[in-house]
Amino acid sequence: MQPGRRLFIRGVLALAALTAVPRALLAMAWPANAFGAVAASDAMNELFGTSQSTPSDAITLGAPEIAENGAVVPISIETSLPDVQSISVIVDKNPRPLAVSFEIPPGTQANVACRIKMGETSPVRAIVKTPDGLFSTEKEVKVTIGGCGG
Amino acid sequence: MASKIKVKVKLNGDVAEVKSLMMHPMETGSRKDPDTGATIPAHHITQLTFTNNNEPVMIVNCSTAVSRDPYFSFNFAGAKAGDTFAVSWVDNKGESDSTEVVLT
Repeated sequence: MQPGRRLFIRGVLALAALTAVPRALLAMAWPANAFGAVAASDAMNELFGTSQSTPSDAITLGAPEIAENGAVVPISIETSLPDVQSISVIVDKNPRPLAVSFEIPPGTQANVACRIKMGETSPVRAIVKTPDGLFSTEKEVKVTIGGCGG
Repeated sequence: MASKIKVKVKLNGDVAEVKSLMMHPMETGSRKDPDTGATIPAHHITQLTFTNNNEPVMIVNCSTAVSRDPYFSFNFAGAKAGDTFAVSWVDNKGESDSTEVVLT
């Protein structure tokens, strides 16, 4: 056996050991199938195993009525539902409807904010996952200039 | 290279209020170069991890529909001064960035 090859194998093993640490930290791999889905119901099926959710008044979705720039739409989601496991945002008319998904460990409060892109006027849905099932609320956001193409 | 993540954590009792802004192009993959007409390939953050003393307090899975230079805010309980709070991301090209702050 050539020493070069042995070194290479040792290097690969060392690298695997190094990368294993941060991987273990992650709760879940990036759900590529859910993010790649072109239909909102498919994205939900991939992410949750169902596309059904119960409308809930306990979720507050903050989003502008009219977004002048679809490239930067500020949204916030807050809920008083107990034991929230995740909060996901679906923009029905985007080319890929699932925009972002927050995984919420115990101790973290269920209020999040971020900025998303919207291609056109569309309902924006917040899906909250708890041990009791999926809950949702939605709001129509009008977009004057889309932010997905160019 | 210096980290391009900015993070501010404000302690309010044992609740930490986190605000984080990072530099990333977040290309959708559907935009075309105006000069050549060639499609600009997708380049976006896939997963963001926020930890406090190495315990995950928030994991964000992103699509290309997260705006350029993403901003995130959230709160978590159980924080105290002296804790080490870290933010890291990986993108679909395997690039990554991270930063950490000590809570005060």
